[in-house]
Amino acid sequence: MSTVQEVSSAPVVAAVPKKAMSLGPLASLVLLALLAITPFFVKNFIIFQMTMVLIYAIAVLALNILTGASGQFSLGQSAFYALGAYTSAILIEHVGMNYALTLPFAAIVCFIAGFLFGLPALRLSGIYLALATFALAVAMPQLLKLGVFEHWTGGVQGLVVTKPDAPEIFASMGLKVSQDMWLYFFTLVVAIIIYIVSVNLLKSRSGRAMMSIRDNEIAASAMGVDVALYKTLAFGVSAGITGIAGGLGAIAVQFVAPDGYTIQLAIALFLGMVVGGVGWLPGSLAGALFIVFVPNIAEHVSKGLSGAVFGVILIFIIFLLPNGARQLAFGAQSLFSKLRGS
Amino acid sequence: MPSIRSRVMVLSIAATLSAAVSGSAFAQKKYDTGASDTEIKIGNIMPYSGPASSYGLIGKTEAAYFKMVNDNGGVNGRKINFISYDDAYSPPKAVEQARKLVESDEALLIFNSLGTPSNTAFQKYMNAKKVPQLFVATGASKWNDPKHFPWTMGWQPSYAVEAQIYAKYLMKEKPNAKVAVIYQNDDFGKDYQKAFKEALGAKAATMLVAEESYEISEPTIDSHIVKIKSLNPDVVVHFVTPKFAAQGIKKIGELGWKPLQLVTNVSVSVGAVMQPAGFDNAQGVLSADYRKDGADSQWKDDPGMKKWSAFIDKYMPGADRTDNSLVFGYGAAQTMVKVLEMAGDNLTRENVMKQAMSLKDFAPDILLPGITISTSATDYAPIAQLRMMRFKGEKWELFGDVINADVAAPE
Repeated sequence: MSTVQEVSSAPVVAAVPKKAMSLGPLASLVLLALLAITPFFVKNFIIFQMTMVLIYAIAVLALNILTGASGQFSLGQSAFYALGAYTSAILIEHVGMNYALTLPFAAIVCFIAGFLFGLPALRLSGIYLALATFALAVAMPQLLKLGVFEHWTGGVQGLVVTKPDAPEIFASMGLKVSQDMWLYFFTLVVAIIIYIVSVNLLKSRSGRAMMSIRDNEIAASAMGVDVALYKTLAFGVSAGITGIAGGLGAIAVQFVAPDGYTIQLAIALFLGMVVGGVGWLPGSLAGALFIVFVPNIAEHVSKGLSGAVFGVILIFIIFLLPNGARQLAFGAQSLFSKLRGS
Repeated sequence: MPSIRSRVMVLSIAATLSAAVSGSAFAQKKYDTGASDTEIKIGNIMPYSGPASSYGLIGKTEAAYFKMVNDNGGVNGRKINFISYDDAYSPPKAVEQARKLVESDEALLIFNSLGTPSNTAFQKYMNAKKVPQLFVATGASKWNDPKHFPWTMGWQPSYAVEAQIYAKYLMKEKPNAKVAVIYQNDDFGKDYQKAFKEALGAKAATMLVAEESYEISEPTIDSHIVKIKSLNPDVVVHFVTPKFAAQGIKKIGELGWKPLQLVTNVSVSVGAVMQPAGFDNAQGVLSADYRKDGADSQWKDDPGMKKWSAFIDKYMPGADRTDNSLVFGYGAAQTMVKVLEMAGDNLTRENVMKQAMSLKDFAPDILLPGITISTSATDYAPIAQLRMMRFKGEKWELFGDVINADVAAPE
């Protein structure tokens, strides 16, 4: 009994100073330039993969806000991702709404769902919370198959979503923009907006409140932080952002089905967060690159043992870089300043 | 000197002639991306990992089959380059892999990709790109839709076709029977259930006395069987997956009840269904199949199965012969090779699709005697025949003629 208590009262996530949560201005600009220029030199298929990387990066970022900032674990992000994807898909296909307009709806629906789920989750912390969210992720695909919603969700057959064309303004300007290219830049803009909003959120009063809860719940409440409110808020915000990622994912993949949003996805997002560095928002991109490309590399090495190869790569990364991409970036930064100093 | 000049003359004439000949030969050959004088690239997507990974054996069998074809000189002199990727049964991953195959690896077509959700996910993409999505490995009935998806074609008999055959059999043999159906509450069970009811037509009202569904998450279906028994039907139809077929047959035996029972050909495995259900309980159970069973001794001297057996020995030593994925993959790959042979030197995507819809009475080695593959521009259901069989002793016995199902594509 006492060991369990020790486990749950230990700080869940190592404290990350808030200055270290974002990227410096120079590095941000270089990264942005890279993301903006690369699509012009690669095939449509690679652009599609890059779009998926951005989408997963948004989802990993959402988990990072929840775990890195407020210290709550979640293995249930796939459920919110699915909810967002279905909200967008249903609004596009059944209501005929413009794809871009469906994203705020996906965000709102998921925010509400996340906030409500956050209420009972308040009573749980650490590994128990992880288990409760795990249950959500496991239940989601089956809920999506329920006969009651079948008219809207398409049941197990899923829903096929029409892929948007680039706006005609480009064509009238004489530019040929493919569907993939357009969707990539659309996703990039959404991702940048979400990133900026998230960084500002964490630097704000609310962000400080969340981080104080993460570092010491009792001290935080003694300082007058409404622990319950901020914990559920963190859940809501995280779920809302995940919902946007899900909506974008549905548009990019052109298809939603329960089998696309299993516990595998939740675990992939969790992996992405750990590999990118818990609590370090730019790491989300590195984490997303990992979850999109490393399984392909593993499959390339050995088809029959792809899972084992993936596992070995993962163990190596955790051993060499326990803090993920954050460690790598900080190492590079200190090396860089040393070189400049000498 | 003159002799040299004349020799040069001869040579140059010969060169011009040969250029002309090869030029005209060149004109006959037509290629799309993915095909050349030496190679045909075929893409494939399989769940090698994830919840459906047991089906990955189909992809491995196909890879081995194409290797055998290449070892024997290839198709019309061209080697098959079979590129098979893992989608872990996840539709978004399937879309990524399909795009990789078409845009990055530049495959001529995608062949026998497995799973209804996965294939649905990239069906629209394939049809927009006009790349054949041939002989998909799923039993859903929606692949037979040439009007809306002219680039997508199934292979195996759909669940709907099979259900129709059971309905036809019952209406003929037991027109006054009271029929109870138990089905799994998902796309698999519902596809069967819907088609069965439609095939019964007006008779459904009088014949069907119970339609009981269960969830795949239920540990046992015993209570459903007891409930069905209380309605006292003479026929029980199991539209269920193997585990539940074994449970159902066993429970009915334990109740000392002797209705006529039908199971789907998904659940005909002797080792996985009939033995656990108990051979005593399973006597007289009916089903239908289109494949020969790799483990059944009655095909020991069958020429087709001898070829299959030699192939397994040489290219897949140690494989478990009772796994019917080995039979399935062999048959599908053989059909693919047949289509490529028919396409000859005109390896455009359009022509491959045209040949795929021109199969006439083609009989792969592993189909039951009398069952053949025929397609047309309006019929995208290659195998639409089955034979009824009855469980007797410790194996299935075929009986009756080959039954055709009416295949109608949606308008």
